This record gives sequence, structure tokens and C-alpha cells, in this order.
Amino acid sequence: MVMSQTESAFANAHPTEQDIAVSIRGVSKNYGAVEALKDMSLDFPRGQLTSLLGPSGCGKTTLLKIIAGLLKHDSGEIIVNGKNVTGPGPNRAFVFQDFALLPWATVMRNVAFGLELRGVPRSEREDKAEKYIKGVGLAGFENAYPHELSGGMRQRVGLARALSVDANVLLLDEPFSAVDEQTRRKFQEDLLSLVANEKKTFIFVTHSIEEAVYCSDQIALLLPRPSRVHEMIRPQIDRSKGVDNIPREPEYLDIVDQIWASLRAYVE
Amino acid sequence: MVIMGYKLPNMSSLLIWGLLWEIIGQTGLTFFVPPLSEVFVTLFKIIGTPAFVKALTETAQAFLAGVFFAIAIGIPVGIFMGRSRLLDELLLPWVNIFVSAPLTALVPVLMVLFGFGMKSIIITTTLFGIWIIILNTRAGVRQINRSLIEMSRSFGASQFDAFTKVYFWAALPEILGGVRIGVIRAVKGVIIGQLLISIVGFGALFELYASNFLMSHFWAVLIVLFALAFSISEFLGYLERRVSYYAANRS
Amino acid sequence: MQNRALYLKVLSALLVFGAWEIAGRIPVSYAFPTFLESMAALARMTFDGSIFVAYAETLKPLVVGVAISTFLGIGFGLWIGLSARFDWLFSPIFIVMQAAPLAALIPLLVMAYGIGLTSKVFVVCIMSMPVIVLSTSSAVRNTPASMKEMAKSFLAKDYEILLKIIIPAASPMIFSGLRLGVSAGFIGAILSELKITPTGVGDIISYSRSIADYPSMYAAIFSIIVLAVLFLNLLEKTENYLFKGNDRGYVTD
Repeated sequence: MVMSQTESAFANAHPTEQDIAVSIRGVSKNYGAVEALKDMSLDFPRGQLTSLLGPSGCGKTTLLKIIAGLLKHDSGEIIVNGKNVTGPGPNRAFVFQDFALLPWATVMRNVAFGLELRGVPRSEREDKAEKYIKGVGLAGFENAYPHELSGGMRQRVGLARALSVDANVLLLDEPFSAVDEQTRRKFQEDLLSLVANEKKTFIFVTHSIEEAVYCSDQIALLLPRPSRVHEMIRPQIDRSKGVDNIPREPEYLDIVDQIWASLRAYVE
Repeated sequence: MVIMGYKLPNMSSLLIWGLLWEIIGQTGLTFFVPPLSEVFVTLFKIIGTPAFVKALTETAQAFLAGVFFAIAIGIPVGIFMGRSRLLDELLLPWVNIFVSAPLTALVPVLMVLFGFGMKSIIITTTLFGIWIIILNTRAGVRQINRSLIEMSRSFGASQFDAFTKVYFWAALPEILGGVRIGVIRAVKGVIIGQLLISIVGFGALFELYASNFLMSHFWAVLIVLFALAFSISEFLGYLERRVSYYAANRS
Repeated sequence: MQNRALYLKVLSALLVFGAWEIAGRIPVSYAFPTFLESMAALARMTFDGSIFVAYAETLKPLVVGVAISTFLGIGFGLWIGLSARFDWLFSPIFIVMQAAPLAALIPLLVMAYGIGLTSKVFVVCIMSMPVIVLSTSSAVRNTPASMKEMAKSFLAKDYEILLKIIIPAASPMIFSGLRLGVSAGFIGAILSELKITPTGVGDIISYSRSIADYPSMYAAIFSIIVLAVLFLNLLEKTENYLFKGNDRGYVTD
């Protein structure tokens, strides 16, 4: 029997022989009487981009902040590179939805801020920051202040800051939700080449189905009340034809439709 | 603060400070701080006396009259400034000066111009309160959504209707914020006026108690004053929160 | 059109001073000198130097009082903003102080500390401190949560979060609290000179009133208001210069 591509995407949801960078095991989190996360388990393969996708209130940002060590979980384990973690660590870097830039600091200091907190000497950290400022396309803006930049440029600063600390897990909390549509498209393309070029693991929270399918190697579809992993989807889209062609692939369109079919009941 | 799972009310620490006051008073550490209990006993003794009632009514009259003028003049002026660019540019520098100027310096002028009586105190009170009311009303009117103004015009509202039915209500949250701060300033103004003129209201009472070293009388009056001022400010804060719902969801 | 604002400011000043001049010429009251008479008195006091002597005296309690309030006020404010326990314990005191007419404490301060500099410094302090404490503590509490989280995710220690995030983020609001504190301090300084003992500018006001030299009295009052307003404007300009763009930048436009 021949499986359609889509069916095989769902069948392959459990990678077998893969190196797991981040693994969460039976994690629960309650806010008072409200169960934000209940006994959740997920694996994030190394070098890949995994999206956490779901309607608002499904606990995706909570889960991301727990992995980052910014929130405490009530039970279960977070294993990063084989070690159990309970707080923030140098192996994870966070990109914030509202950018979280220091408004009183220049682009240079903002990008170097993670290194500054690690006690890296000034000249060294500025050299490194310089490289990533160029990398995200902000060369020439080193001495600009955040309020002089557009929303998209601000998020590039946030991205450069996360890259410069050289963590091998990047946590992105709806990083493109506060930038306009065109910028967002460009960002998604850049993200794909980043995943291809940097040997890092990306965990990406989004509420956009198209964005998740476009960017991800693996999508964890979360549903609320109580929060749980509804499905693991591994889109097997042929990206070799170039990023422009991804939205035209039948595989892409099928998976978008299928996810929407799962989610529509949860959208009021 | 939460102690053993029970959230202590916001102002409850005042009880601890009251207790501390009582202890300091009881030890007789200083003549200027009689025990709180003694102050309260005095408070109940003097609260019905003619001198106290007279001071309170005089102060209340001056305060209410002063606040009335501050609001009745301040809100319309603020609305006009918010709507008319010319008026705004002519008046704003002066409003900005007086909102932060040390108005105490003007009290002697009021004394020579209007005499050592109620009139001067009422004007002092108004002067303390009015400027911030004007500024906030102006700010409130200026942020009114353009389409709301165009809506009222398109339905043929007259100028007067536009002012009373649209501008005032659309700016209400800011206006109430201004009135709250203005009234708090007016409380300070009425007391400063009375202190400097010192033959009316609490000003006279303070002179009397201070010159006779009646410490617990003095503190009793202070407690009444502070409690009144605090209640007024909390009440206005409550009113402001009641209307702030539509400050959040209008756009 | 750029000059329009300036022209209107000048016009506005001319209108007010003109009205003052005319009201003084009618005269509306025997105690209402004209604008020009008052300015002449101000010029006279400036040239014989008496106004400078007076200000040296007036500014003493003001400067000392504001310095004490700044130091203690910011300290208390940070403490209250950072610790829920101290917030519960101390906030109510400053909230009541902020709402209450603290001027009523003056007779008591005079009894306790006499009529000298100490009492005047105290008056300035009680007037200016509450607003500094309350703005500092709410500035600290309102530090954007995502900036603190950001620092935490990059492994900042607690003192680094305080020094590199909370204090810089709070400084615009602390500074405007200071400006309000200075404004209240001016009120206190003049009040204490008029109520406790006439010294400095308060002395010029009281003395010239007693000898019915109204132009000098108006001139002194005019000068103190101008001084206060200029100084507060200068503070505001500094504030805008130091913190421009600070309130933006971390939220979307």
C-alpha cells in the first residue's frame, strides 16, 4: 500500500535514531487551580527546528519559558544535552516576543549584553557582537538606539543577541508576531537559512499555521484545557527547490489544511 | 504582603505604626509625642466642641468653595484649550508656569488684596487646584479620537452639544484624574492658606494649641485632617477607577 | 509658521503683563502696583545686590532639604519597590503623607526644633520626600517584566538585574519624581520663610508688606516664581535630553 506524503508525515512523527537536544518528560505546571501544562512529554531533535503551535491559552509560551528556566515547573524533568536543568543556563538563549531590548543602550551594547553578563571583556564581546550584527544585516546601526529602529530591525537585534552567546538551543517566543507581514516573510526565509547553517536546535513558538509549516522540521500541535500534545507532525517538504516554492508544494497545503481541521474547534 | 497564605490588607501596616506610636508615647521618650490612646481620648473630647466644629466648618466651606471654582473654571478652560489651537498657545505657557510654581509665595499678595479672611483662603485653594485640572482636561480632550469628533459633526451636533455630549464624556477619565490631583492639592492649599492667614479655621486652632503646648489636642486635629484628606483622595481614586474601564477600551 | 509658537508666547506675555500694568494704573487696589513699578523695584534690588543675599538665605534650606529627600527618598523608594514586605510596611505612610496637608505639621516642628534652619530643612523634606519615594517605588515595580526575564535568561545575577536593568529602566520616572519633589520643596521653603521666621526672600516679602512697599513685595514674589519655574524647566530639559527615546523601544509601535 502506498501512503500519501501527508500520511507518512504523521506516521514518521517519532524519530528513532535521532540525537535529542532537549527532552521534556512528564512536565506539569499549575497556576493555582488552573492546569497550564499536564504531564507533557516532548523531544526536540538536535539541529532541527521544532514549532510549538496551538491556539492561545494552550500553554506554548509557558512550556517555552519552562525550558528556558524562566518559569518553575511543578513536576517532571527538562533534559538539555543529557542533563536535567532547573534554571536558565548558558546552553539556551531566548528571543522575546516584545524584543526585550534595553532602550537606553545602543544596538552594540544590546547585542553584546548576553556576553556582558557572562563577564566577557569588552573588546572581545564587541568583536563578537559586531560579527552577529553584520550577520543579521544591521551593519552600520551599531550606535543606533532601539527607538530609532523599525520593529523588524529591533527583532534582528534580539536575534543577534541570542546568537552571540553561542548557546546550542535557541528558544523563540513568537518572535515575528510584532513585526509587519513583509518583514515577517523575510524573517522566515532568514530563519530557514539559519537552521541550515548554524548547528543549533531551534524551538519556535507560533500561532501561525503557515509559519509553522513553512519553517519547521517538526511541529508539536498543542491543544488547550487541559494542555496536551495533540499531534506531532513532521512536514517532509522538499526545500531543495528554494524557499519561494515551499508554499506551492501540495504537501505544504495539505498539512496546513489538516492542522486547521484540528484547531478550528478550539477557535471561538 | 502574604503571611501564612493570608493576604494582609493594603493599609494594615498602619496598625503597626500606631502601636509603635503608642509605645513611644508610653515610654515618655519625648514631650511632643503623647501616646496614641491619649490622642484618641482627646479627639473624642474635642470633636464636639464649638471651637473644633467652627474650624471644621470654616475649612470645609473654604475648601468646597475653592474646589468648586477650580472645577467649574478649570474643566471648561481645559476643554476650550484642547479644542482651540490659538487659545491653547496663548494660555498653555501660563498654565505650565502655575502648575509647578511655588504658589505659597502668592498668598501674601492675596492677603493684601482680599483681606485676612475667607476670600483669600478660597482663592488660595482654587489656585492650588485649578492648574492641573486644566492641564489634564486639555490632555483628555486632545486625545479624543478624531472619528468621534467627525461623527458628532456628521450628525449635525451644535458646538454646545459637542462640548457637553461628546468632548466632556470622551475626556472623562483624564478629567477625573486631574480633579483627583487638583483636589489633593486644594486640601494642601486650604491648610497652607489657613496657616499663613492663621486667624480662621484650623490655622487658628493650631495657633491656640501650639501656644498652649496642648500636644494631644494638636495631634488629634492632625489625625482628623490627615484622615479626611486621605479619604477624599481614596474616594476620588475609586471614582477614577470606576470610569477607567472605558479609558482602556475606547479607541 | 515655525515662529508662530514664539510670537504667540510673546503676545501672551504682553497681554498678561499689559493687563497687570493697566490694572495697576486704575488702580484696582491700593496694594496693586503696576507691572513697570514692580520691575523697577526688581531691578533696584538686583543692582544693590539685596536680592542675591536673600536668595543665598532662601536656597540654603531648599538645597539641604532636597538633597536629603533625594538621598533618602530614592533609597526608600528602591527598597519599597524591591521588597513586598517593605512595600506593605512603609508604602501606607508615604501614601498618607502624599495625600495629607503636611504643612499642618509646621507649628509642631517649630516647637520641636525651634525657628532655625533645622525646622526649615524639615519642612522642605516632608514636602518633597513622599513624591520622590512613591515615584521611585512605582518605577521599580513597573520595570518591564520581559527585560528582567531577558537578563535572567542570559544568567544575570540579582545585583546585575538591579544595576543593569531595574535602575536604568526606572531612572526616567525617578527623575520626574525628583522634579516634582523639587517643586514641592520650593513650596516648603517659601512656606517656612513666611510662617516660621522671615528670612531671605520671605523676609523681603514680609518686610515690604509691613511698610507698604508693594512694588518690592511683588518683585520678590515675581522673582521667586520665575526662579522656580526656570529651574524646573531646566530639570525637565535635562530629563528629556537624558532619557529621550527611553519610554519607547521595547514595545511595538
